[in-house]
Order: sequence, then structure tokens, then C-alpha cells
Amino acid sequence: MINPYLPFPIRIEDIIVESEDRSLKTFKFVFLNPEDEEKFSYKAGQFAEISIPGQGEIPIGIASSPVEKGFIAFTVNRAGKVTSHLHNMKVGDVLGVRGPLGNPYPWDTMKGKNLLFIGGGFAFTTLRSSVVYLLHPDNRDKYGTIDVVYGSRSPGMLLYLDELQKWEARDDINMHITVDGTDDPNWKYNVGFVPPIAEEKAPKSAGDTYAIVCGPPIMIKFTLPVLEKLGYDHDHIILSLENRMKCGIGMCGRCGIGEQLVCKDGPVFTLAEVNNTPKEF
Amino acid sequence: MRILQIRKTDWAAGLEKSRKDHSLIGPVRERNNTSKFRELEVGEEPDFSITTTTMSPKSVVFPQSEVMFTYTTDKASPECNIMKVPKNDYSPRAIIGIRPFDAAAMNIVKKNFDTPDYRDPYWCDAYEACTFIGLAVTNPDSCDFSTSTNSGPFSTAGLDVLLVDTGDSFLAEVVTEKGASWMRSAGFDTKADHDAEETIATMRKEAEKKITSTVEFDNIDKKETLDLYNENFWESISFPCLNCGTCTYVCPTCWCFDIQDETAHKKGRRMKNWDSCMFPNFTIHTTGHNPRNTKLMRVRQRFMHKLKYHQSKYNQGIMCVGCGRCVTSCPVNIDIREVCKQMNS
Amino acid sequence: MQSYSEKIKEIAIRLLKDETVEVVFGFREGTLPMASPPFAAKTVEDAEQLTWTSHCCINLANYLMDHKGKVAIFAKGCDCRSIVNHIGEGKVKREDLHIIGVPCKGMVERHTICTLFDDEIDEAVEEDDGTILVRGNGREEKYQKADVMRQCCKVCVHRNPGIYDELAAELVTIPDDIKRYREVEEVEELGVDERWNFFENLVSTCIRCYACRDACPTCYCPTCFVDEAQPQWVGKGDEEPDIMTFHILRAFHTAGRCTDCGACVSSCPMGINMRAFTKKLEKDCLDLWDWESGLTSDVRPALETYQPGDPEDNFK
Repeated sequence: MINPYLPFPIRIEDIIVESEDRSLKTFKFVFLNPEDEEKFSYKAGQFAEISIPGQGEIPIGIASSPVEKGFIAFTVNRAGKVTSHLHNMKVGDVLGVRGPLGNPYPWDTMKGKNLLFIGGGFAFTTLRSSVVYLLHPDNRDKYGTIDVVYGSRSPGMLLYLDELQKWEARDDINMHITVDGTDDPNWKYNVGFVPPIAEEKAPKSAGDTYAIVCGPPIMIKFTLPVLEKLGYDHDHIILSLENRMKCGIGMCGRCGIGEQLVCKDGPVFTLAEVNNTPKEF
Repeated sequence: MRILQIRKTDWAAGLEKSRKDHSLIGPVRERNNTSKFRELEVGEEPDFSITTTTMSPKSVVFPQSEVMFTYTTDKASPECNIMKVPKNDYSPRAIIGIRPFDAAAMNIVKKNFDTPDYRDPYWCDAYEACTFIGLAVTNPDSCDFSTSTNSGPFSTAGLDVLLVDTGDSFLAEVVTEKGASWMRSAGFDTKADHDAEETIATMRKEAEKKITSTVEFDNIDKKETLDLYNENFWESISFPCLNCGTCTYVCPTCWCFDIQDETAHKKGRRMKNWDSCMFPNFTIHTTGHNPRNTKLMRVRQRFMHKLKYHQSKYNQGIMCVGCGRCVTSCPVNIDIREVCKQMNS
Repeated sequence: MQSYSEKIKEIAIRLLKDETVEVVFGFREGTLPMASPPFAAKTVEDAEQLTWTSHCCINLANYLMDHKGKVAIFAKGCDCRSIVNHIGEGKVKREDLHIIGVPCKGMVERHTICTLFDDEIDEAVEEDDGTILVRGNGREEKYQKADVMRQCCKVCVHRNPGIYDELAAELVTIPDDIKRYREVEEVEELGVDERWNFFENLVSTCIRCYACRDACPTCYCPTCFVDEAQPQWVGKGDEEPDIMTFHILRAFHTAGRCTDCGACVSSCPMGINMRAFTKKLEKDCLDLWDWESGLTSDVRPALETYQPGDPEDNFK
């Protein structure tokens, strides 16, 4: 039987600096053993433990999409011991990955429904994975309208800018890009915090739309009342929680919120579920 | 029920005999009037005079520190940064004299490490290598409340053999084939007298009667999680708490752990170490945000996990076997029986 | 200690009734014989539960730092010295405290009596003649408190509170023949190998629960060095070098600040006498700098300051 703590060896294939302050980089990894890619079969919304011997492991949402083959990608914020070390690694370096872990967004439940993605800052990674998945010709017909409200501090802090612009040009997805502020006179998108932009731009729900919200706690706090105002039920608001994790497989005990473990029972929860559990995240 | 009799004069020789295909682990006294389970040296007998060892035998399958993998960070090596599984020894071992409450705890902890989705190979392989030769509790400690937790003094849950000390001999109730195999290996094959079952039943009743400490937790299951969570009593319960890890480390059912890398001169190992929900570090985020940033929250988490969350999640009682270790070891006398009473009322 | 308990209740009730303080830190009866856990009394009914026994081993000064607002605290000699240190180190404000000094007749660990009695204990009664009568399992034993009290109490020369707003009892006389550092000298007399063995054996049962650190009023670093991840100073496992590093470094961090209150030893579930480290450093501070911790808030502790004339014997 497989050892769930044993990482698959991976090699850094590409590193893309995502933000102007260089705190965010996207790492593209390839599996050293091609058969491991098969074992790492994932869906949008899941996460993985990036494992650097001597440094430790760090749980990160998968930013690549299941429809993208031959590599996996993660966008990593330089924050602690492991991520700082990763930021200093080079193309060709070897490390490990364990996963996929946790539950994806509820793609089956959401079939046939409209989707609203609300993201803030660097928490856009699994939303990127989701959008790429949805826009794939095999999947686009299975869902209704798609709206994306995505904001960051400044234009230079937006992730995946090239892709955002490509999506903006499409007519099967409604993009609402915003920044908290900018002095760029050529900025052609919105200016303002995510919650008010969502209030202005996001579609109302009559029980036919799911909202998937990922972002810093403060953004989530002010976005939830907006969604309520727009008619979203608590079981149609989907959050992806973060907590300190180690094992990622529901055993080490630290990420518990009530009887749920964020790593194994989550990280995807509906607001209705979150409301019934201690807010220990 | 199959019951064999072991004369105490044959006990030591039988133990030694069983070493040919089992290593032996048992309770021993240590410095400072403490005790624990560890591997017995040749000729060393388990100390059956200890009813409740200071440290529970959970370390037999879940050591405080354990190597998960080894690695090298030497870029010159083709193995650089690739984790290697160490060759651990999972040859058969017999845990001699584990008490019924501690064996019951193994069943509880198994729910965490052996799940339909994942199997922790370190815990499971060690567990499967064990034959649990239990020893019935005939003189329960005053803090023993195991009759309330379905892990009473003669409970066979989680055991392969239950030994009952009748003075000159042990009656051995053989519970599983694994247990029978160890008995054969030790050469213990004398059938007990026909009244052995009755003797055990009588002694069991006597032992159970001696346990006067009880807890009730039915109402806890019925209450809403958030109602219990928001109770006022957590403040007074948690006030004296030092936030040390004693209660969690002596507990046979506490399973939380940490994963840590240790590197020296480019060679390293990934360790699985005990951890504790009592420690602030347990939950702190990289940002510095700590979702359980107060003593009250951490104390509440421990009791809610044991007495509420576990009950709701598995519907098989509480995550506690009534051994009383946390009660006697807590430096400030936080008593789970009292907490349970408040939560249940 | 019945008379102490009555007086303590009386004082606590008065202070709560006249709203001198919002809360009184003391001890109450525990659920086990000889257990006296810390307790925060906020109402008169709470205050009725307060008690004083020979088992009030925990140092209540440890609880002051988490508290905001006006608080009364029952404090033994050692607790008072810890409070003095806290005031000096800016952890508490004198004006927020109402200190009720409790002249101390020495404390006895439950663990000690349990080991001596070696049987289930149903009851332990403290008699006025300085004995503790223990009953259990049909047996009865009488112990002289002077024999069974904690080592730190036996050698204590600061039994009377040094800082207080009122006293709960009359001051006690301190014997003048106390050999304060006999236990340290015994270790100092050992050869190098024997000494290392002594310390190795000392911590051999340690499980790294950190009860010693967490019971210590001096150990209040927001992140203890053993918990640091960047850099990680010490491994987190159960190996001897890591355990030893923890104990030695912790002792040095408390040097010149430790009041030998013994809360560390009393809290240890594994019966480790980590005072063997701290007492030696206490002795060094006294020998080298004529420094004793917790007697004044106005002077910085020995290892916090440097004077050109400082002795250099400690650095070798």
C-alpha cells in the first residue's frame, strides 16, 4: 500500500515572477517519474503539499488545471521558511509534492448552474485552475454563465495578467478585474475594493448561481454580506479555508474546526457548513 | 470462550520461550517513581505491580519521535532531495501486561491512522506487528473511570489475550487467533478448570465495583456544537491551565503529531513527533494569525475534541478510556471528569 | 493551615465587596487529595472556595501577565520575588496589584507523598503540629512536613513576602543555619564525567511537555527558543541532545531572574529536578555578582548588565 507521506519527486521546469514586488512566483513542475503524473490526478480546488527536504512541507492550492497536461503549477507567496527557500530555488532543482489533497469545488453539484468567482490577492490560484477548466471546450457547455470578480492591491499585483486579458476578450465569461488603487492613467478596468465591485457587477442569484469565494479574511468578511444581498443562499456560497497543516490527510489533527478537518473534510466548505462550526481558521 | 491457565512458576520461562518469535514489551519502573512501556531485556519481566503507567503504551505503536524518511540535500548526489523510506523493523512483538483501558485506546487511535482514504504505514505496521497480552485491572486506581467509557477493568476490546491474576496463577482468556499463537509460542497450553469463566466473571464484578469514579456524556452528544463551544464555563475551567502538553502526552488516545525535518551536513531525516493542541504553535499560521490564540480556546479544543467532536463524528462514544492519567498528571488538577460533568449538565 | 484559609477567604471577600479589585488569584481545593489548583475568584461565592494548604506549589505570579485590570494576589515569599521581577521587567504594573503576602511555612508536593505512601490515597490531613496524616487502602501514615517539604522550600531564606499591601498571617522566623547550596556543592564536587552523567540521568525521563517552562513566571517569551522555526535552534524530538539543550538554555535564560520558587519541579509529570540547573546559576549569581533575584525592581539582574569590573570567572 502507498505511503501517503511520501512525496512524488518533481523538477522545477519554469519559474514565472507574477508580481511587481517579486513576492509571488509561479512554479511549473514536472514529475521525475512520468507514472506519478497519473497518480496525481486532480480536480480544480484541490491542494497539495510541496515538500522540500530540510525545510518542510507547505500546503498550497493547485494553480494549474486538470485540462493542462504534462506539468503542474503552483503560485507561491514568499512568507515562511519553506516558501522562502522555494523562491530561491532554480529551474532544474528537485523537490517533492504530495497530493492531490482535500476536496475540489463541487463540480458535479454545480453542473448546469451559473458560477460567480470572487477572488482577492494571491488567493486566485485555484480559481484560475477552475476557470481554465471551465473554458475548455469539453466543459464550457456543462455550466451556465461565468462571472469573475478579481482584485488586488495594484495592477502589478494581479496574477496571471496575460490570461486575464485573454478571458476579458471572450464572450463566454464576464470578467470584472479591479485594483484597490492605481496611478496608471491607462488602467482600463475597475478601481475599488472587491466587495463593492462585486455588489455592482456580480449577477444576482435566484438559487441558480454558486459563488466561490477565495481571498484574504478581510475581503471574505465584507463580501459575504454582499452575496447575501444579491440573493445567494448560504449553501450556494463556497469558501476554501486555510489552516496550519502538516499531514494534509486528516491525521495530524492541527487543522480541525470543530469535528471537521480543513485538510481532509475541506478545504472547500459551503458557508452553511462554516456557520455551524467554530470559526477557528 | 477459551481459557487457559498459566502457573506463575511457569510465567518467566514462558515469556522467555516466546522470544523466539516475538520481542517483548512491557511496563517497567523508571527514575522518579515514573513508569512506561518499553522493550524488555532478556530475563527482564514486565512489572505487573503498576496499574497505570505514567506514560501510556501508545508509544509502542506511536513513538514520541519517529523517522519517516531520510534524505540528502547534496546536489552532487543523484538522490538529492528525494525522500527514502527507512527500513523499519516490524517483526512480531508482544505487549505484555497492557491494561484493558490502554488496549481500548488503541482501537480509538486506529480510527485516525487507518482510514478508508489513507493508511499511516508507521502506526499501522507497528500496530499490526503487536500481539496485545492484556492484564485485567483488579485494583483500580481512584482516578480510574473506565467503566463509564466501555473500557472497564476486564474489557477485552483491542486485546488478543486477557490475563487475570488469581494469585498463584493467571487465567488467560484467549480472544483472538493472534493471541492463541503467542500462547502456543510461550508454551502456555494448560486448559483452565471448568469454573474459570465463573471466576473471571466474579473477579470482574468485584473490580468493577471498586471503580466509583464515573462520567456521563449522553447529553453532550445531543447538544449543539456551537452551544457547548460558547458556554461560559470554559473561562473558569481553563484559568489554571499552564498550556503545557502533559495531558496530551500521557493520554493513550491523543494522536496529534508534527512533521519536522532535521538536517546535519546535508544528510537529514523527516520526523514524526508528538504534538499537542495545548501548544500555541500547533495552529499558528505563517502570517502570525493564530486561530486558537488563547489558553481558553486551546483547553476548550482538547475537551471538545475528546468529549464532543469525536462522539459526533464516529458515534462510538468519547475519545477517552477513563485511565485517569491526565487527572493525576495535570500540574494544576484540571479534571476531565469535572469538565465532562459541566459539559453534560 | 486552617487559620490561613479562614483569613484568606476573609481578605478576598473584603477586597471583592469593596471593589478594591475585580478578581483575586488564589488556590482552591482540588479534586484529588493534596491538589490545590490556582483559582480566580471574581465573586464572594467564588472567594468562599479559596483555601491555603501545604500544596500551593504553583507560583501565581505566572498568571498576572495575562490579566488586565486590578487584581489581588495571594503570594508566598517566592511569588512576591517573581512579582518584583515582573514589575522590574515591565510585565505588570505595581498599581494594578493588591498583593496579599502569605508568610510561607514550606510546600509539599503531592507527588512526594504519593511516592512515599506508595498506595491509593483517600485523604491527607494537615495537623497543626506540622505533620501530614495520610490515609488510604486501610493504612495510615504520618509524615513530618519538615522532612517531606520541597527541597526549594527547605533551603529557602526568603519565606516572608518582600512586597505586599497586607499580610495574611504573621511573618515566620527563618532558621539561620540553612545550608542554601549544599545540593549544588554536591554536584560541583563531582568529576567531569560523573557530573555529565548526573545531568544526563536528571533529564532522562523528560517528555518535553514544557510544564516546567509553562509553570515558570520567568519564562514568558512570546516565542520560546525551542518553538522558533526560523532559525530552528533545537530539534523537536525526544533525543537527548535536544532535551539537554532545552533544559540548559532555559536555565541560563532564567539566570539571575529565577527565584527558586520550585514551580517547575512541582509541575513536572516526570519528577525531574530541573532546579539542579537553576540553583547552580542562582549560586553563581550570588557568588560572582552578589546578586539575588526578586529583591528589588530598581536594579537590572546580573546577566542583563555589564560593568567593566565584573568578575570573569563565569566566562570560561
